Amino acid sequence: MPKDHGIGASSKRREDVRFLTGDGNYTDDINVHGQAYVHFLRSDVAHGRLTSVDTSEAGKMPGVVRIFTGADFEGVGGLPCGWCVTDRHGEPMQEPGHPVLAQGKVRHVGDPIAAVVADTPEQARDAAEAIIADIEEFPAVVDMKAALKEGAPKVHDDLSSNLCYDWGFVEENREAVDKAIQEAAHVTTLELVNQRLVANPMEPRVAIGEYSRARDEHTLYTTSQNPHVIRLLMGAFVLGIPEHKLRVVAPDVGGGFGSKIFHYAEEAFCTFAAKAVNRPVKWTSSRSEAFMTDAHGRDHVTKIELALDADNNFTALRTDTHANMGAYLSTFAPSVPTWLHGTLMAGNYRTPLIYVNVKAVFTNTVPVDAYRGAGRPEATYQLERVIDKAARELGVDPIALRRQNFVTEFPYATPVAVEYDTGDYNATMDKLEEIADLKGFAARRKESEARGRLRGLGVNCYIEACGIAPSNLVGQLGARAGLYESATVRVNATGGLVVMTGSHSHGQGHETSFAQVVADMIGIDENMVDIVHGDTANTPMGMGTYGSRSIAVGGSAMVRATEKIIAKAKKIAAHLLEASDADIELKDGAFTVAGTDKSVAWGDVTLAAYVPHNYPLEDIEPGLEETAFYDPANFTYPAGAYACEVELDPETGKVTVERFAAADDFGNIINPMIVDGQVHGGIGQGIGQALLESCAYDENGQLLSASYMDYAMPRADDVPFYSVDHSCSTPCTHNPLGVKGCGEAGAIGSPPAVVNAVIDAMQSGGHKVDHIDMPVSPSRVWTAMNG
Amino acid sequence: MYNFEFERPTSVADAVKALGQEEAQPLAGGQTLIPTLKQRLAMPSKLVSLSGISEMKGITQEGRTLVVGAATVHADVAADGTIAALSDLAGNIGDPAVRNRGTIGGSVANNDPSACYPAAALGLGATIVTDRREIAADDFFTGMFETALDEGEIVTAVKFPQPEAAAYAKFEQPASRFALVGVFVARTGEGVRVAVTGASEGGVFRWREAETALASDFSAGALDGMAPEADDMISDLHGSAAYRAHLVGVMARRAVAAAR
Repeated sequence: MPKDHGIGASSKRREDVRFLTGDGNYTDDINVHGQAYVHFLRSDVAHGRLTSVDTSEAGKMPGVVRIFTGADFEGVGGLPCGWCVTDRHGEPMQEPGHPVLAQGKVRHVGDPIAAVVADTPEQARDAAEAIIADIEEFPAVVDMKAALKEGAPKVHDDLSSNLCYDWGFVEENREAVDKAIQEAAHVTTLELVNQRLVANPMEPRVAIGEYSRARDEHTLYTTSQNPHVIRLLMGAFVLGIPEHKLRVVAPDVGGGFGSKIFHYAEEAFCTFAAKAVNRPVKWTSSRSEAFMTDAHGRDHVTKIELALDADNNFTALRTDTHANMGAYLSTFAPSVPTWLHGTLMAGNYRTPLIYVNVKAVFTNTVPVDAYRGAGRPEATYQLERVIDKAARELGVDPIALRRQNFVTEFPYATPVAVEYDTGDYNATMDKLEEIADLKGFAARRKESEARGRLRGLGVNCYIEACGIAPSNLVGQLGARAGLYESATVRVNATGGLVVMTGSHSHGQGHETSFAQVVADMIGIDENMVDIVHGDTANTPMGMGTYGSRSIAVGGSAMVRATEKIIAKAKKIAAHLLEASDADIELKDGAFTVAGTDKSVAWGDVTLAAYVPHNYPLEDIEPGLEETAFYDPANFTYPAGAYACEVELDPETGKVTVERFAAADDFGNIINPMIVDGQVHGGIGQGIGQALLESCAYDENGQLLSASYMDYAMPRADDVPFYSVDHSCSTPCTHNPLGVKGCGEAGAIGSPPAVVNAVIDAMQSGGHKVDHIDMPVSPSRVWTAMNG
Repeated sequence: MYNFEFERPTSVADAVKALGQEEAQPLAGGQTLIPTLKQRLAMPSKLVSLSGISEMKGITQEGRTLVVGAATVHADVAADGTIAALSDLAGNIGDPAVRNRGTIGGSVANNDPSACYPAAALGLGATIVTDRREIAADDFFTGMFETALDEGEIVTAVKFPQPEAAAYAKFEQPASRFALVGVFVARTGEGVRVAVTGASEGGVFRWREAETALASDFSAGALDGMAPEADDMISDLHGSAAYRAHLVGVMARRAVAAAR
């Protein structure tokens, strides 16, 4: 029987009532009395010198409050980068400045040149059009390899080149890997592109800055996944505002997928300008601005080589990746192609020797940073594609080749620095074979062929590192932050609870699933627990939500705080029951003296805590409120196996996904329905990347896919009904809930399955195509089959 | 958008008069114009809405001719069914919001090279009726976003002759879902017409070689191996000129096979 409440129950998402009835409170729903509006004048060229910005006419236009240019920010800090990668030679990465408004140069289409604050949005836009910005245009660098050539135009004149870093991992393995590849019985090589994507959350970014002269306090309302991080970065590094004078509120947020982790110029601008003009200042991104200012994702160009011995055991792996940073370093950009990518190159396999080389490159494009999966999809895609290619070259079954090389004993220390605590990759593969009905594939292929269609089957595995992250470890790797999480549990006198979490929900359903955990621990109704998040004024310092960390890290903090509550409540109960607290048991919301029928209800204890008439005041304080910070001992390692079946129309090249199955091991599950939803959404985005989405620039740095007319988002009819299963569970060994996280798995695990299926379909039609780059568009398929 | 005046006349005559003002522009459904205005890519002095003119709305049958008022929305044409291929085409334009706002007059007057309606008009040999004259579809579509309309001239109706058999086959551009290539094939008493949208730099065009081949043998097989020259085809993110030329052949064969 499925549970109907607490941990393991598919409780309905309580937040959906307001989301689905128009009662959400998104940042753009907030209007502050007296607010002015800002419109940014943005560069329409990718690279050039700003010779002059003439605002004289624009400044006289109706409604204009003030116009800001780069000069207004000369004494102000730049946008900081939160991670410093050390290169192969032990040197820190090249780290360019990132001004709030362009100073001296513009470096990508969309780079802000000036900002007009006016009484209405239209007046601000009118005046922005009247600004005369003279730009001496320079040749742009767009292609990463061209950007690294001698004599290429430099994105940042003060850097030695466009190379941010040349990272080798594990550098000590380099020669051994080279040797193993040289001596291998078989080497499979694959060159591929993991294309640039735009995150496209439903809600575009918004920022409102507010300043109180009376209290000398700043408030920033912003569409953020991590308000405390924004408060720290912007306060300490950009504007010099101490945290106690800066409140950051991220209310209901309509999706982020990573793109709302980072600190953006518009947030700093609105906060700065609100004080400068002594009025609240609001900015709402248009969708067009979102395309050219939200941090993009992926954009790796990779060569991967897999070495096998005569028995088809993997013996070594070598990868060479160029990773696009764009024009500036976004907040966590340097970590994505390195520590979130190289450490996952072992995948689910016992490959003893691995070497990963990554060259991060500056180009005249929008900055690139974490996007759902962040480095792990790039690792999974190349690994699972090269294994599939190897299976074809060797004429062996791709599933058998994977099984033969699976890690089967845990804990398992990979050659790329991480240690998997637990897993069972054969179990998820067994489950996949069942739910995907792989036995029935041959008949389905026959049926497709009878209709003139080719049918392909693609299978792959994935592993990811979630629950980001042990602070001492990431500190050694270059993180300029800790990655713990926090929770304060406040019990009210009449027994209801408020949990204030440092993580942030922007669609994930924390208000429901977090409440399930706390209610389950105490044995009370979920509706007695409220989850509060998103406001630095009423939540403890936390690092926010990304990297599938919220339940594993934030949930663990909440468990620790609730444990403290229960421990104290037991002492109060012991006093009320005149027993020893060691004898008190908590079950179904009642405290009982073990082995007796003496009992006191949860509500009686909470009331006693706040009305301490009969209370051990000499031993314990009144009240019932506890805070815990949780710093994880390790990453968590969700893993699974995915299968995709596609049908391909050989006349047009159009690929349709007919079936998709996902067998995931997420450890323990809090709310199966929410987990299903996370996997569904992730697979949808993965199919989007595999078949549809592409952020394309021309050679001058103009964004070609700058709207939904050219950027293809997946729609309901692009995806099939999914078969998802998460019954294979090896609980995480190092966090109190045994959870691993599920937010990114779908997006990580699905692109290789789709592309493997497309290759299978093409080859079944006699086409000798062994690779095709994403997005696998009809035109690319047709060209590959007829080229 | 920039500020503009707005007028919603109730007769064609008043609309023509209103459009006499310099930089005035008709608003027929706004599916292209409104996004253009929002991006500040157009600055009309006045918008003249055609949605209040009852004589421009509705679908009537005149003998073997279907007369569709220019202000008729796609959803109404889709529901009509008199010419199945035309209704099918209208029912697959955009999404429900587009189909309940966009009008046939707006579509043919805009002559977007990827729009569906121009293919139907040209493929069925329609007649475009304006406030002052009637123009054969063959003379109406003169190039990408260009038509034979004079300044201030309003399309009031489109007359479609009933074909013996017809079908439209569209291959959608993955992002916009406009036609990457759309082919309308019709067999009428006067012969076979094949109109292609989405593919050419010159906008909608008739594929004469296919018409000739189909005239003697109206079957998909008659077009086997045929495709137009790729020279004038559009090449962009979503497909090369060669791919589009190839798709014209594929979609034409599918349209012929589906024609009824």
